[in-house]
Parts: sequence; C-alpha cells; structure tokens
Amino acid sequence: MSGEGLTCHDVVEIVTDYLEDALPAEDRRRVEEHLAICEGCTAYLEQMRETIRLTGQLTEEQIPESQKRELLEAFRDWMR
Amino acid sequence: MSDTHLLASAADLAIVERLRAGDETAFMMLVEQHQASMLRIARMYVSTHAVAEEVVQEAWLGIVRGLDRFEGRSSLRTWMYRIVANIAKTRGRTESRSIAFSTLAGDEADTGVDPSWFQDAGGRFPGGWTTVPEDWSTIPEERLVGNETLQRIGEAIEMLPPMQAAVIRLRDVLGWSSEEVRNALDLSETNQRVLLHRARSRVRRELDAYLTSGSETS
Repeated sequence: MSGEGLTCHDVVEIVTDYLEDALPAEDRRRVEEHLAICEGCTAYLEQMRETIRLTGQLTEEQIPESQKRELLEAFRDWMR
Repeated sequence: MSDTHLLASAADLAIVERLRAGDETAFMMLVEQHQASMLRIARMYVSTHAVAEEVVQEAWLGIVRGLDRFEGRSSLRTWMYRIVANIAKTRGRTESRSIAFSTLAGDEADTGVDPSWFQDAGGRFPGGWTTVPEDWSTIPEERLVGNETLQRIGEAIEMLPPMQAAVIRLRDVLGWSSEEVRNALDLSETNQRVLLHRARSRVRRELDAYLTSGSETS
C-alpha cells in the first residue's frame, strides 16, 4: 500500500488481513482511521463479519450407516 | 494468535492410545466427526465422489497404520487431514487430470471483488464506493440464519475453486485456526490468507445478492 490514506477499494482488498489480525500495526491503524470516517467500508466490514458468522452455522451432512459399517469392518481387519 | 491447536492435546494423545489398542468406539467417534469433511477435502482434488471415498478409505488405513509415527507435533486432526490431502493430491495426479494451480486456487482476476464497485481515476474519490454497501443489520435474524440463507452459502462454497473451498470449509465452517488450516493443506501463511480472502469475498457477494434482492426488508 502506498500513500497515507487508504481508498475504499484498498480496504476491501485487505479486509481479511485485518480480520485475521495479520496486518502490521501501522497498516492496521490506517484501516481503522479509514473505517472511522467511512460508512460504506464499515457496512462492508460488518457484512464480512456476518458472512463468517453465518458460514459457521453450516453443518456437515450425516454419512450413511452402510459407510460407517464398512469402515468399522475395515478397522477390525487392519487391527488384526 | 493462539497456537493451542498446533500441538496434540491430551485428548488427542488419549484417542491415539485407544486407537492403538484397537478401540472401535474411539475409531467410530473419529469417523463420525471427520468422514464428511474428509470426503469434501478429498473431492477437491479428484474427479468423482466414488474416487473421493476410496481416497478417504485409504487415508483411514494410513491413519491407523501410521499411529505409531504420530508424534504429537501437530494436532491429531491436522495430521489426519494432511494424510487425506496428500493421498487425494497423488490420486488426482494419476487420474491424469493435470489441473493447473490456477484452476485449484482460482484466478488472479476473480477475487470476488468487482472493480466497478469503485470510482475510477476520473471519479470524485478515486477508489471510493460508487454505491455504498447495504446495511445488513436491518435484516431480521430469522432470515439471516434461515435454512435458505445457509443453503445459499453452501452453494456458493460449492462453486468456489477447490482450494478456496477447502480453506473456507476448514477455517469458517469447521472453525479451525488459520495455522491448522495451512498445516493441513500444506499452504504458506500468505497463500492460505489469499485463498480465504477470495472465498469469503465471493460468499459475501453471493449472500449480498440474495439478502438484498427481491423481498425488501425494512
């Protein structure tokens, strides 16, 4: 990143680094300065946080009993 | 950043001990917890679901046979998923699907962020928003966590290039730490984050298209 102020496009492209806490302190400060005065980027950041939260609500589907039985039989075989 | 998951926990070591002793309950517990996710990871590198099942079966054998070599220098699940990913990658290669890295990881140009959202050099604020993003906080929680929304997210992840999908599944669906994800998938810290960024940006975009279109919220 160059220059002092970040553009909205800059912020959107480094939002994951920001959320993953992977930015150097100086860049982090610049993101926060931008957010303090930018409604659009604040809304975008909140959307990203929501996206992460909602993605975390997904669950894995159940696996079929037949597949479990097969694996259990294989395990018995392997342990012989 | 926490590194609590980087080493095997006492619980991990206890499970390993039980597996070594042939404890079927311990084995089935691992199967319950990981089979579905392992299949998804395997599926990213091979062409069919059937092949992914073979890969995961082979991985379980590798895990059981390799228990004596498990030294606890990573968490048990990281070690297990590494085995899955390695077998799947090898299998993917011999399937003669020579997949370019860009196909797996996604294109440079396709970041989930559309440059047209921002003003160009001739704009009043170059790089500033042309249209300000919607405020999702006015959307009712029931709609946000509703089945249909979650289904959209699931579909958006399915559409991602394989490695982006793998990263977002482990990191955000299963809630692994970023260190665990990059250890399991053998990625550098930067690559892991770039893949995660593209994946999340794309999912956010799909979600926004769904949430802020059609039924207006007030």
